[in-house]
Amino acid sequence: MSKETVIQLKDVGFSYYTENEDGSLNTDTDVTMKHSEKRMALDGVTLDIERGSFVAVVGSNGSGKSTLAKHLNALLLPVSGEVLVCGMSTADPENTWEIRRRCGMVFQNPDNQLVSSVVEDDVAFGPENLGVEPSEIRRRVDESLKAVGMYEFRKKGPHLLSGGQKQRVAIAGVLAMQPECIVFDEPTAMLDPSGRAEILKIIRGLHGQGKTVVLITHFMEEAAQADRIIVMDQGRPILDESPDKLFAHAEKLHSLNLQMPFGASMANKLAARGVALPEGIITSERLAECLCG
Amino acid sequence: MRIEVRDLGYIYSEGMPFESVALEGVSFTVESGEFAAVIGHTGSGKSTLLMHLNGLMKPTHGCVLADGIDINEKTKEAREARRKVGLVFQYPEYQLFEETVLKDVCFGPKNYGFSPEECEAKAISALKLVGIDPDVKGSVSPFELSGGEKRRVAIAGVLAMDPQVLILDEPTAGLDPKGHQDILDMVKKIHTDRNLTILLVSHNMDDAARLADRILVLDKGHLAMDGTPQEVFSHYDELHSIGLSTPSASELLHLLKQKGLNVNPNIFDEDEAAEEIVRALNNK
Repeated sequence: MSKETVIQLKDVGFSYYTENEDGSLNTDTDVTMKHSEKRMALDGVTLDIERGSFVAVVGSNGSGKSTLAKHLNALLLPVSGEVLVCGMSTADPENTWEIRRRCGMVFQNPDNQLVSSVVEDDVAFGPENLGVEPSEIRRRVDESLKAVGMYEFRKKGPHLLSGGQKQRVAIAGVLAMQPECIVFDEPTAMLDPSGRAEILKIIRGLHGQGKTVVLITHFMEEAAQADRIIVMDQGRPILDESPDKLFAHAEKLHSLNLQMPFGASMANKLAARGVALPEGIITSERLAECLCG
Repeated sequence: MRIEVRDLGYIYSEGMPFESVALEGVSFTVESGEFAAVIGHTGSGKSTLLMHLNGLMKPTHGCVLADGIDINEKTKEAREARRKVGLVFQYPEYQLFEETVLKDVCFGPKNYGFSPEECEAKAISALKLVGIDPDVKGSVSPFELSGGEKRRVAIAGVLAMDPQVLILDEPTAGLDPKGHQDILDMVKKIHTDRNLTILLVSHNMDDAARLADRILVLDKGHLAMDGTPQEVFSHYDELHSIGLSTPSASELLHLLKQKGLNVNPNIFDEDEAAEEIVRALNNK
């Protein structure tokens, strides 16, 4: 494994179903699918995620995005193949805690992630569990809360915060563990547009500071900000490209029930009407520059 | 059914240190059969407003009338009026609990004392309306369905109570683009097929512009704007000042206008916007 690779998936397969001795199906309790679909949630996924990269994972509901995300910090273990995080296999229980420290995760629902009744206590929860020195915890908590712009709310109760603010606290909680990689599993799905913009700005900032970021999302505008977009379909990565190249596959994306970012879709409509535009336009801002420049 | 909100006010924890005004002086009328969208920044009072419309919350000031009946009176008519306002919460699929899809949808009418046959007839009709085939899916566990299907079943549960007003709080949250579109198409179909009055809470300005006849804008507990999509979305600056925006097409046109291209920014449809840009470029 090269030094630059943080996460490596080797032919990873996963199914939420296991067969009982009599051959009947035994389903995982929290995930349910049609019995007829006894398919693999992940089906031979091989990919490398480089240190410091910003990777977005998109795909329709049920394509395996979240299942993939949960493999990146040993919340789920592969049925076949192997996941290596910083060179450590997730299959070895000895590695679990170190992997979760190195690769933090932020989930969709902010209310399910905050455990304490005071913001700063919540952020301290992770490092406290790692047995970090109290003075060091204090320093990490302050630093993490400042990084997400929530320092002034440190004494507040999380229930008094907005969804976007709660997600920022959840991110601070992950940052306090000083991870190398952060996996965001649809962190903005429950937020309003301004909350979404807030979180995206923080994610971009973390990437700018050198953190490896994996962002699972339904919003193509968000995915477009990554260096690399992986499109999942039926448990497999079927496209893996930079945003400007990916959005050239308009029809393919459409057939996968994915949406083009507005800027890219508009650029296509204009090009179809004979307006000369350069390739690879994704945002409205860039489109406006090209049209008025 | 006509919903009339008169000078509605609600104060959380009145008289306590955490007292906060959630709604103040909100007045509007949604006519029978109208499709209205409610938009507003998080914390603007949207959810508080919705919960007042079927009596889940009682106003600290003002009143809510359904076809002229004050729904918070302690009369039989008021109770009946409240029943006719169906409320679909955010992530309604979390409320599914029964063994089968059909039983789950029957739960509402059953509680209102309808006979098992009547309940089943209502449930079957509601499931058909949301695009779930009762013969195929009726006997399966609701937990075996996909996310989008679960949400439809949950909405069918509300429709089975024969509401005349259907209120949906962000019915597409968390769905993928296809699921999103399917649910909106379904809402549109319910609106036309049953001629219900619809109130849709949305953060998506494109959806609001495309679907609604009427848009109500809430800001800090006040009704900031009330008009057709055309009227409301022409207030670009005002919307931005309260943390909202106009539909994507209009946002782009405004950007082009700022950069000196002579376009009409008040166009909300993508194809019409493309035509407008081509027109402006040709006249340059």
